[in-house]
Amino acid sequence: MFSKEKLKNEWFGNVKGDILSGIVVALALIPEAIAFSIIAGVDPMVGLYASFSIAVVIAFVGGRPGMISGATGAMALLMITLVADYGLEYLLAATILTGVLQILFGVFRLAKFMKFVPRSVMIGFVNALAILIFTSQLQHFVGETWVMYSLVALTLAIIYLLPRVTKAVPSTLVAIIVVTGIAIMMNAGVRTVGDMGTLPSTLPVFLLPDIPLNFETLAIIFPYSLALAVVGLLESLLTQSIVDDMTDTDSNKNQESRGQGYANVVTGFFGGMAGCAMIGQSVINVKSGGTGRLSSLTAGVVLMTMIIALNGIVVQIPMAALAGVMIMVSIGTFDWSSLMNIHKIPRTDAIVMVVVVATVVYTHDLSIGVFAGILLSAIFFAWKLSKVTVEEHFNVKAQSLTYEIHGQLFFASVQDFVDQIDFEADVKKVILDVSNAHLWDDSAVGAIDKIEHKYDMRNIKVEVTGLNKESSELMDKIGGLSKASGH
Amino acid sequence: MFKKILLAIDGSDHSRRATEKAVELASLNEGASIEILYVVAGNKSKTDVLHSGDSESASRKRERMVRQFEEQVKEEGIEASHTILHGKNGVAEAIIEHANEGEYDALVLGSRGLGTVQTMVLGSVSHKVMKYVKAPVMMVK
Repeated sequence: MFSKEKLKNEWFGNVKGDILSGIVVALALIPEAIAFSIIAGVDPMVGLYASFSIAVVIAFVGGRPGMISGATGAMALLMITLVADYGLEYLLAATILTGVLQILFGVFRLAKFMKFVPRSVMIGFVNALAILIFTSQLQHFVGETWVMYSLVALTLAIIYLLPRVTKAVPSTLVAIIVVTGIAIMMNAGVRTVGDMGTLPSTLPVFLLPDIPLNFETLAIIFPYSLALAVVGLLESLLTQSIVDDMTDTDSNKNQESRGQGYANVVTGFFGGMAGCAMIGQSVINVKSGGTGRLSSLTAGVVLMTMIIALNGIVVQIPMAALAGVMIMVSIGTFDWSSLMNIHKIPRTDAIVMVVVVATVVYTHDLSIGVFAGILLSAIFFAWKLSKVTVEEHFNVKAQSLTYEIHGQLFFASVQDFVDQIDFEADVKKVILDVSNAHLWDDSAVGAIDKIEHKYDMRNIKVEVTGLNKESSELMDKIGGLSKASGH
Repeated sequence: MFKKILLAIDGSDHSRRATEKAVELASLNEGASIEILYVVAGNKSKTDVLHSGDSESASRKRERMVRQFEEQVKEEGIEASHTILHGKNGVAEAIIEHANEGEYDALVLGSRGLGTVQTMVLGSVSHKVMKYVKAPVMMVK
C-alpha cells in the first residue's frame, strides 16, 4: 500500500487549497483550544500546546489526510476530575498513557470492532457531547451583567449571519475580533481569557511529567487514560468516516488509530492535554478546500505563530466571545435530524439514544454513556432474538406429536422455548423439528436434553430432526458430554 | 428543443414533483434524456455517516434513493442516468458547476419553500442556481 507517489500526493497534491484552509482552521482552533482548556480546568496554554502538537504530529502520521485533530471538548470533559483531584502533571502522564493505549489499539487492528458500537449509541454520543459543551458554558453566565449577555448575543449573531454576506473570512474569527474590539474600547470590564490563566509566550518544550513513577500513579491515571483512549478513537474514527464521505475517498482506520496515539504521546511530553479528531474543524477544513496533509501542518504552525505573536491581544478576548463560540460549537455538534426523526426510528434505538444522553449528562463521562448504550443495545438485541415460536402438529395414526421450532435457541430464549412444550401430552412419540431453528450454545443443547429427559421419565421417545450442520456439531460436542455425566 | 435535461434532486417531496415536471418536459421531444443530479452537502455527510455507520453504507443508501427517482423517469419510457457529487463548498455551487460544464438544454429543480428566516440562515439553493446557471432553469414549487 505504501508508495512514494501516494505520499507525495497526500502532501503536495493540493498546496494552495491546503495552506489557505489550514490558516482558516488555525484561526478557528484558537478560541476552541482556549475554551476546552477552561472546561478541563487547566491554563489556556495547555489546550493551545495540545492543538499545535496534535495537528503537527497527525499531519505526518495520521491515516486521513485533510482531517483536523486537536484539543477537543469530548476529551476535556473526561479530564475535569483528574485535574481537580491530582493536578496538571497527572493529566500529562494520562495523556501519554492514552496515546500508548491508542497505538496498541491500532497495532492490533481493532478498528474493525468499532462496528460493535451501534449507530444509536454514536448519535447519543454526539448529542450528549453537544449538551455537555453547552452546559459547561453556563458557569460563565452566573452573576454576569447585561453587557456580557449582549456580547454573547452579538458573537452568535455575527457567527450565523456573516456567512450570508461573505464566506471569505471565517465568521467565528470576525466575531471574536469585533467583540474583543468593542470590549476593549468600551472598557467594559468583562472577564477575559487573561483572567482564566496564563497563555504561552514560547514554543512548548520537551519535559517528563513530574510524577512519581509507581503503581499508585498508574492506578490513578489508567481509568482516565482508558476512557480518553476509547472516546478519542470513537470521535476520531467517526470524523474519519465523515471526511471519507465528504471527499469521496477511503482511508486507513488502523493507521489513524496509531497516529492519534503517537500524537497524544508527543503532546503529553510537550505539556499538552489529550485530544482527538474534531468533527467541526474537519468539516470547516474540507469545505475551505483542504484535503491534504499540508492543511493539518499549516493549521498547527499558524496557530502557534499567532499565539506567540499576538499574545497581548489574545489575553484580552472576553469570555463572552468564547462562550458564544462554544454555544455555536454545541449547536453544530448536536444531531438535529435525530430529534426530527425520533418517532420514525425503532423504539429500542430511540431508547438507547436517550439512555446514552441521560447517562452522560448525569455522570459527565462520555465513556460510561457509550458502555451503557452498547450494553443496553446488546440486551435489546438478545431480547428481540429470544422470541421463539413453536408450532404443534399431532399425528393421530402414529400417536406422535411434532413441535416445529422457529427461531434462535440460546441462553436468553430457551426458557421461552421450553415453556411452550406440553410435557403432559398423552402420546407415544415426540418429534422436535429444528430445521427452522439454530442451536447456539450450551443452554440450547441443555434445553433439548431437558425435554428428552422429561419425556424419557414417562417412557416417551424423543426424536430431534432437521439439525443444521453447526447445530448438530454443537449437539455432538456438548450433548455427548452432558449425557455422559448427567445420566 | 429540450433534449438533454438536468434534474437536481434532494430526495424530498419537492424533488418528486420536480421529477414529474422534468418528465413532462422530456416527453415533448423524441429521444430526450434526463440526468438526475444529487449533491451531498458537507453538513449532510455528518448526518448520513452518523445514521448509516460509515461512508460506504451512506453511499449505498444515497444510491438507492437516487435510483428510485431514476426508475420513476424510466417508467415513463425516458432515458435516464444519475450523478452523485460531493459538494464541499455547498449544494448550489456544485449544481452550478456541473450544470455549466455540461451542455444541458434545461435544468429542473424543486424548491424547498423555506420561510424568510430559514432562507436567511440556510440560504436559498434555488435562488443561487437561478442566478448563475447558464441554461434555462425550471423551478418547481
